[in-house]
Amino acid sequence: MDIDLILRVYPHFLKAALVTVELSVLTVLLGLVCGAAAAAARLSRFAILRFIGAAYVSLMRGIPALIFLFLLYFGGPQIGIQLTAFQAGVIGLGINIGAYMTETMRGAIISVDHGQAEAARTLGLSQFQSFRKVILPQAMRLMIRPLGVNINAQIKGTALVAAISVVELTYTAQRYIGSTYKPFEMFFLAGILYLIIITVTGKMISFLDRRVRLP
Amino acid sequence: MGLDFSVVPSYADALFLGVLWTIAITIVSALLSFFGGILFAVIALYGPWMIRLPFRFFAWLFMGTPLLLQLFLIYFGLVELGIDLPAFVAGVIGLGLHFAVYNSELIQTAILAVDKGQMEAARTLGLSRTQALIRVVIPQAVRDVIPPIGNNMIALLKDSALVSVIGVSELTLSAQLAIGRTYRPFEFYAAAAVLYYIINLGMEAVLRRIERRTQLSR
Repeated sequence: MDIDLILRVYPHFLKAALVTVELSVLTVLLGLVCGAAAAAARLSRFAILRFIGAAYVSLMRGIPALIFLFLLYFGGPQIGIQLTAFQAGVIGLGINIGAYMTETMRGAIISVDHGQAEAARTLGLSQFQSFRKVILPQAMRLMIRPLGVNINAQIKGTALVAAISVVELTYTAQRYIGSTYKPFEMFFLAGILYLIIITVTGKMISFLDRRVRLP
Repeated sequence: MGLDFSVVPSYADALFLGVLWTIAITIVSALLSFFGGILFAVIALYGPWMIRLPFRFFAWLFMGTPLLLQLFLIYFGLVELGIDLPAFVAGVIGLGLHFAVYNSELIQTAILAVDKGQMEAARTLGLSRTQALIRVVIPQAVRDVIPPIGNNMIALLKDSALVSVIGVSELTLSAQLAIGRTYRPFEFYAAAAVLYYIINLGMEAVLRRIERRTQLSR
């Protein structure tokens, strides 16, 4: 283990880790928006919305995220979509993780006991009110933990943008492996930083989960 | 530059070959990750502590880092150690090990969940601890986690696209080679997406059959 080398290059890795954090936050936010919209579509009364939601989930979960990212970044200009690598990374990965989050959210919503909606309706709440005030708060509790699993996967998933040359942790590790021929040191350094990001995020999610958990 | 899908059919052979390689890589890595997962689970649960503890540390490291980073480690790390493997082998080892760690987590939980009476009964019948584990406990544990392992294998198929980055020729790299000649990225990545989608559907059908065959009728 070449400690001198690690001490020399670690500031670059720290800077790259911030880009990974930035990518993770932005892709997860976009994923949550896409997931909520598609989950609503999948639970809609209208068959056409249900079909669109189901098609989105099936397509995004059926193709590799890397291919979707390449399609957007390299193929985008052909259909008039010009994006920087960073923008393409956020949009491509956000739309992709959104499909997985859709299923998580939908699963949580449909697992709230049916009697809850019936009781709310009996008490005179409209369908929207019963969803907003009765079903959703209960579903939110159920979805935090599984969404945490999605988010954990997405933090690691941001590494894909290294393939379109966004300078984040994996790309930085790859560059330094190429220039120093020290694969183990560089892997160790990047790996520790990923583990820190993932562990801190995991702690935040379990804190949130405990806060809303019913006794 | 508009879209022109008429260039795709002239590369049909190359894409088809890419499909075959993707399927081959997926099957070999899936088998490696399945048996590796069982082995890792046994080590993590029953290994002597000098092996068990470092092993758990590496499992934690592998579960917390991206596959792409691990592929770079394996590809360049093996070269560093003087082992010059073809990219295909490095890709299969990377994918196989990565998913073996995830499968191992599932199998460990399942082994601990197998009724203690099974081990006791097997020991009473005269089997050694190892025999009882291999012939009685592990088969039941593995059967219980076939569906989630199947989900991991679907993820493996999609992640097999990543090995194109270390130069393994499969579907993604085939598409990239065609793009290099024609400068038509949208058409060929879209074609690759359709082909991946079809392989994915096929794989889901196969997994459903395996699930039906291995689950007990309850």
